[in-house]
Amino acid sequence: METLFLLAELFSRFFLVGLFSVGGGLATLPFLQDMGETTGWFGAAEISNMIAISESTPGPMGINMASYIGYQIAGIPGTILASIGLVTPSVVIIIIISNFLKKFRDSKYVNNAFYGLRAASVGLIAAAFYSVASLALFNSEVFSQTGSFFSAINYKSLILAAAVFVCTKFFKKLHPIFLIILSAVIGILLKF
Amino acid sequence: MKTLFQLFIVFAKIGGFTFGGGYAMLPMMQRELVENKKWTTNDEIIDYYAIGQCTPGVIAVNTATFVGYKIKGLSGAIFATLGMITPSIIIIGIIAAFISNFQEYEIVQHAFGGIRAAVVALVLSAGIKISKKSIVDAVTAVIFVAVALLSVLTDISPAVFVVIAGILGILIKGCKKDKVQKEKGGNE
Repeated sequence: METLFLLAELFSRFFLVGLFSVGGGLATLPFLQDMGETTGWFGAAEISNMIAISESTPGPMGINMASYIGYQIAGIPGTILASIGLVTPSVVIIIIISNFLKKFRDSKYVNNAFYGLRAASVGLIAAAFYSVASLALFNSEVFSQTGSFFSAINYKSLILAAAVFVCTKFFKKLHPIFLIILSAVIGILLKF
Repeated sequence: MKTLFQLFIVFAKIGGFTFGGGYAMLPMMQRELVENKKWTTNDEIIDYYAIGQCTPGVIAVNTATFVGYKIKGLSGAIFATLGMITPSIIIIGIIAAFISNFQEYEIVQHAFGGIRAAVVALVLSAGIKISKKSIVDAVTAVIFVAVALLSVLTDISPAVFVVIAGILGILIKGCKKDKVQKEKGGNE
């Protein structure tokens, strides 16, 4: 009975996180910190562990974080309930929005709004590109120590990124999964 | 039933092989959903991402729900979403249960050095593809540059940019059309 209560609490707490965190994976972080403090389920050290693992495993970060915490609290059932709790609010909301869009697809206002939205969305992709690129290709620690921009560039990664980009242009049949696995192997062999 | 199964498998494939969340999934979504299965278009994906920025929840999951719902209604939405989260649940479950300090293994770190470099290239290539139909004139170019710069330089929430850009779209495009119609009317 106690485990049932625990699982119900886990589900409903993650449901709330899913309902209020707007803007994807990392936006859930402040809510998770708050959850750790109010319930005493996990502390700051576990949170930083959780971020590291979520970033180094496949899948959406928010789901990875929920799965990890769910496991720490209540084992495998906890993993499943925390993840499902997190996604339930957004599934409901997206279905409502889908129906709205279907109804108003021909509306001038909706189409004009999307004309602006799409440009903003591509702008956000550019910003995401900047943050993944600066993380992967640039060593900010070296930069702050030496002050030299060029010695802080990670040339090995830069060459690999350029090679993968060329592959996406000239060998369009190559699947992204193949390129990711190949790059992981190169990373292991050349000690990236 | 076959379609539901396919939705589950395709999204499990996307969820199981993308590292780094939402935007890192863009190349995979393009390949699987637009080019292979033709379930959606580049335009729709960019719309889903924009909406995902200002609705609660995980962006990748929101996109899965959108596509699943479009293809097969409520059950499609549920199967696509479950497909997206299943690999995470299994992988994280295994790591949490058996491997402590997973991220500290040297081999994992090296593999990630390689993967991160690949993700840079894949996001760039997907972004270029998707921008072609979204940046179509001076107004959209200005919105694109402004949002990109502001989100790199400030901590303003992406949702704010998306909402403002939507309102700008309605105002600017609405005004343009009125003008064109008035000019047409004047000529007749």
